[in-house]
Amino acid sequence: MADLVIEREVLIEAPAEVVWRTITEPDQMSQWFADRVELVVEPGAHGFMGFGDQGGPVVVETVDPPVCFSFRWNHPRGEEPVTGNSMLVEFTLTPEGDERTRLRVSERGHELLAWPDEEKQRYADEHRGGWAEYLDRLAQILAKRQSG
Amino acid sequence: MTAQADDELWSAIGDPSRRRVLDLLVSHGAVSASWLAGHVTFSRQAVSKHLAVLEQTGLVSRRKQGREVLYQVEADRLDQATRAMADLATQWDRRLGAIKRLAEAAHAQAKKNEGSNTPLEEGSNTPLEGGRHDG
Repeated sequence: MADLVIEREVLIEAPAEVVWRTITEPDQMSQWFADRVELVVEPGAHGFMGFGDQGGPVVVETVDPPVCFSFRWNHPRGEEPVTGNSMLVEFTLTPEGDERTRLRVSERGHELLAWPDEEKQRYADEHRGGWAEYLDRLAQILAKRQSG
Repeated sequence: MTAQADDELWSAIGDPSRRRVLDLLVSHGAVSASWLAGHVTFSRQAVSKHLAVLEQTGLVSRRKQGREVLYQVEADRLDQATRAMADLATQWDRRLGAIKRLAEAAHAQAKKNEGSNTPLEEGSNTPLEGGRHDG
């Protein structure tokens, strides 16, 4: 299990096929994601996402329409993204009725393979809300301790 | 926030052992590496390595007290990191909101087109103005 950084979700009043096209077609992606999207949605395909004058390579990992789409990014330039040097963004689509879809996105990275599974599970349970909540909790404990 | 700094931060707190060290420092204040080693399941050497990585990201600092070196969490840096993570969450919320608007607009349009022989209320949907989310 990977270390979860962030997990968010939204309920969309449209069938999964429509949501799938919105999140995978480059001309659609450029409307909600990057300014410039060069991407072939095939497993292993290398692409590019541009944000203004910045941007970086992405590599598609899973394409399972209309259920799961994932890609890796934020890896060092010139290197292949693998577990440990990149962030994995994963979209999961779950139909809730004919015309409604729950869309989840998670961004995770820097998995530590050497760590025993039960420890990873324990941490995943503790930090189900992601690192934003984890850090927030630390900051709160610290503030309490400092004022006390 | 720069990508470089984020990368360092993520790999620093991405390691469960380092989070354990960070947890202990947050709850116990300034403590020595030997004290930490007595409260974790990994070696004293590993503790030193983790402390070095945490120091490099600025999350942890050290000071000398007598003959001991004590480690403590840098509250400002921790706050900064907390905000960076919250920003990331907000960014995804914004993107999901945009996906929702696009998909619902496309779906409404498709329904309108396919239903052109069944009477549909005209002008009943202006989807792009519909679900505006937080900014």
